[in-house]
This record gives sequence, C-alpha cells and structure tokens, in this order.
Amino acid sequence: MESFIIRRLGLSLVLLFIISIISFFIVTLTPGSPYPWGELNPKISAEVKANFRKKFHLDRPLPEQYALTMRDLFTGNLRSIKDDRPVMSRIMERLPATLALNVTSILISLSFGTLIGVAAARYAGSWQEVTGSFITFIFIALPGFWISYLLATVLVTNFGVPILGTQSYGIDFPNATAEWLDRLWHLLVPATVLALGGIAAQSRYLRATMIGTMKEDYIRTARAKGLQEDVVLFKHALRNSIRPIISGIGMLLPALISGAVIVENIFAYPGMGRLGYEAVLERDYPTLVALNFVVAALVLLGNLISDILSAAVDPRVRLE
Amino acid sequence: MSTLIQGISQTGQSRFLTRFRSNPFAIPSVLMILVFVVIAVGTALLSSFGHQWPCDPNLTNLEQKLLPPSSLHWLGTDNLGRDVLSRMLHGAYISLTVGVVAVSVSLGIGVLVGAVSGYFGGMTDQILMRTVDALLCFPTFFLILTVVAILGPSLLNIVIIIGLVSWTGTARLVRAEFLTLRETEYVKGARVLGQKSWKIIMHHILPNAAAPILVTAILGIPDAILSEAGLSFLGFGVQPPQATWGNIIADGKTYLLYAWWLNLFPGLAILIASLSFYLAGDALREAAEGRD
Repeated sequence: MESFIIRRLGLSLVLLFIISIISFFIVTLTPGSPYPWGELNPKISAEVKANFRKKFHLDRPLPEQYALTMRDLFTGNLRSIKDDRPVMSRIMERLPATLALNVTSILISLSFGTLIGVAAARYAGSWQEVTGSFITFIFIALPGFWISYLLATVLVTNFGVPILGTQSYGIDFPNATAEWLDRLWHLLVPATVLALGGIAAQSRYLRATMIGTMKEDYIRTARAKGLQEDVVLFKHALRNSIRPIISGIGMLLPALISGAVIVENIFAYPGMGRLGYEAVLERDYPTLVALNFVVAALVLLGNLISDILSAAVDPRVRLE
Repeated sequence: MSTLIQGISQTGQSRFLTRFRSNPFAIPSVLMILVFVVIAVGTALLSSFGHQWPCDPNLTNLEQKLLPPSSLHWLGTDNLGRDVLSRMLHGAYISLTVGVVAVSVSLGIGVLVGAVSGYFGGMTDQILMRTVDALLCFPTFFLILTVVAILGPSLLNIVIIIGLVSWTGTARLVRAEFLTLRETEYVKGARVLGQKSWKIIMHHILPNAAAPILVTAILGIPDAILSEAGLSFLGFGVQPPQATWGNIIADGKTYLLYAWWLNLFPGLAILIASLSFYLAGDALREAAEGRD
C-alpha cells in the first residue's frame, strides 16, 4: 500500500509539472497580447509600456517567463493585470461557491445516476428502460445554456421564485433555517443543470457494468438462496460494480468546471467558472494561467484521493 | 479460399447490421442525421448558386421584427426582422462543418498519437500518455474558450482549437486497441516477414481498430457542435451576422420573455442534432462490441 501511494504521488508530481507547462504556454503561445492598450496607442509613453512589461515579466524570454510565473504563483505574488490584486486571493474568494456547486452536483449525479443505472440494469430491454435511456441521452445532448435559460425563465415568470445569485436579497428571513433553505435552493437549481450530464454518464456506465456483474455465479447463488431481488441488486451486484463509478468521480470535475463557465454566468453564481469568463473578457493572462493551473491541479488531487481510497478499499487496484 | 473468407466477413457484416438494427434508436437517429446533412448541404449548395430559401438569412426588416411564427415566417422573426427559419437552415451548415472538421482534426492527432504510443511503447509511450493524462485534467470547454478568446473567434479558429484539445480520448482508445492488436499472430507474422512498422500499422492494425475509432468519431461530432453552440452563446463563436444556432439563442436572450421562438427552435435543433449523433454512436458501439 505504501509503495502504491508513493508511486501515485510521484506520478502526480510529474503530471503537475506537465500541467503547469500546458497552462502557461497555452495562454502565452497563442497569438494575441495581454496589453490593456493598443500596441500603437501614441498617448502611452514608452516608459509606461516598459514598466508594465517589466512588472509582468513580459520583457524576458518565454522559458524564463514560465519559471517566474510559476514562482510567483506558488509564492502568492502573481498579480492580475486587471486589478493588480494577487491572483490566488481572487481565486480563493471564488473557491467556496465553486466547491459548493460542484460537490452538490456530484452528489446529485452520483445518487440519481446510481438509482437509474441499477433500475436500467434490472429492467434491461423493457420499454420502460428504453424510454429511460432515451431520457438520459437527452440529458447528455441538452445544451447547458439553453436549458438554464428555459429553467430560469419558467421558474421566475411562472412561479415567481428568485434563483439568481447565491441568495435572495432584500428579504428579511424569519429565522436562520429559512435563510439556509434559501441558499440551498439557489445552489440546487444550477447544480441540477450541471449534474444532468453526470447523471447520464454514470447511469449508462453503471448499467453496462451491472449487466456484466449480473451474469456472475455469485449472483445466481444469491438468487438460489432465495434472497429478494432488491437485496441481490443492491447488496451483491451494486457493490461489485460501483468501484469504477467511485474512481470516476475525479473525471467528472473537468466537465463540471467547463459547464460552470456557462451555468454560473446565467445564474449569476460567483464561482470560478464566472471568474474565468471575466478573465477571458479582460484578457487577464495571469488569472487565466493560474485558473487553468488551479483547476487542473484540483482535478489531479481529486483523482489522487479517489485512487488511494479505492486502493484502500479494494486490494486488486494496487496491482493495476 | 477467397470466397470462404468473403463468406465469413459477409456474415460478420450482416450480423453487425442485425445487431445495429435491433437497437430501437438506431434507424431513427441515422435518418435524423441524414435529414440534418441534407438540410446543411442543401442550404449551402442553394446559397452558393444565389438562391435563398425561404429568404436571405441576413435580410433585415425592422417593420417585421419579433413576429411570432406565422405562415409567412414559419419560425418567426428576430429583433432585426430576420427570418428565423432561414437563419436556422444556415446554422445547420455551420454546425455540421464544425462537427465534421473538428472531429477530423482531433481524429488525426488522436490516431497518430495513440498508434505511435501503442505500437512503439517505451519512453515515447510514457511521455505521450502522461501528456494525455495531464490534458484530461483540464476543463475542455474552458481551455477552448481561453484560446479562442485570445486568438480571436472565427469558424476556422474554432474548429481547429476544438480539434486540438479533444483528441485525448481517441488517443487513449487507439493506444489500447494497438496494445491488444500488436500481440496478435498476424501482426507478429508481418513483423517476422520484415514489413516496415508504418506498413504494419496502416495495413494490419488500423483496419482492425476501425470500428471503435468510427464510434469515437461519431460521438465526437455532437461534443464539437455543443462546444461551438456554447462559444457562440458566450459571444466567442462564429461571429455575427453569420447565423449559427448558438448565435440565434444569444441574440434572442434579451427578448426571452416575449419572443420564446428565438430560444425554443434553435435550442431544439441543437438538442435533436446532437441527440441523433449520440444515439447513433451508442448503437454503433453496442453493435461493434457484439452486445445485443
């Protein structure tokens, strides 16, 4: 187990290095410039331009720029071109909202995905199952921005409930519970939209593995013992099929962050996706580099944790 | 001998077709894809000959702005009085182009990387696969958005960038296929006979990995269509006045409360187009894997 963890950590460090290279060069090598002025604007003196270049290390050769950017990123000195604040603190203030959104959405996709997947494996081939899998395919094919707008419109105009932001403003809540519920509701709508793809992916995947597991001898034995079908399904088959789903949680994250760029915009949710969109609009290179790096590093961390967890639970993983 | 082999491959093919047809979504989704392609290509052909049906997608008429669907404008008009149906027909062409070209780019890179990695193994494989692992950690859509925004949005930039960031899945799959296939008797035989590596890859291994590659290609098309629609919606897609499905929704979002047709129809078009590709790809995958 220890050698497994050490090997995993070493691999993650290598990946982190590659990630830092990709996130730096994908922004800097793209033609275009981070300067907040037009290159030929005569009203800006050469001195100001030179100072700006020096401040953001733009006067150095690229490899050196990369090293300096990464040093600044890790020491917390990397500053945004937009407002000159440390990039990490800009990201950190968005982190709680992003975590809340992503964790909720992973929980939703995991629970519903598992239930739908088990039901689909149980009733594989029936017309109910075929209809169900058609609906899960719709979940994958739905354009996130479209369904967000439809939901927002219907909920606001037809039901008159506020859904934008993290909580309703201008309302005096009678007690803490009501305020808490209000926040939860504001979280739930965007999280559900984000979770749709995950529900579909998880349930399709679980359905396939479950159908494989259901052909195993021990399932026949369990049935022969006279156990109820639900017990066989959830206790015997699901437990042996769910490990790939658990270790796949880490891979849900990139898609969630991608979706969050759009969904957070529409629901005015102050998470990292919205920060990313703002940084794109402002051509804020340091923030873009840091954001890409931090998100990828978070995904890497998630994968590492889920790998170690599944190795701790299932000895077979350590040998793979 | 040759007839025998032909006979075997024919039964293999017909068994594959039977399995494919037994999926309830297979035929409808393939038909929908055909309709989509005919609309896209037909519109492009007609407009290249100077015919616009039902009318010019960029013809503005402010006296007829924001009209609901009627017999004159089947899907209504937008805030500049442009005919939504005409704009959607042209949007189909953009979506199809984006899907096909982006997937070609990503397939080219993915197959090359996967083949080299799987066939040669060793250090090359390590470096390539660690890069793939690292790329998989990035949120694809955000990466696309970042690069498109810096580079400047245009149809060419968008398809190339979508292709450049979405080859990782294909590379992994092709590598896995190659790892299995390079151990088969006929590949070993070809190697013993002294055939060159690229010939073995092109003639012996790649044709046998064609089915899974085709499946990822088909499943990649809707991913690209959805990415382009999302970019258009955020204002970084194919630029106006060129009509795309994402653009129509983005233009119409200001009028959402009283012009529902600007949102509903293009959204449905994106949904139906990508749904058809996902369903067809899935049916193809199940048929290729031999599951009923």
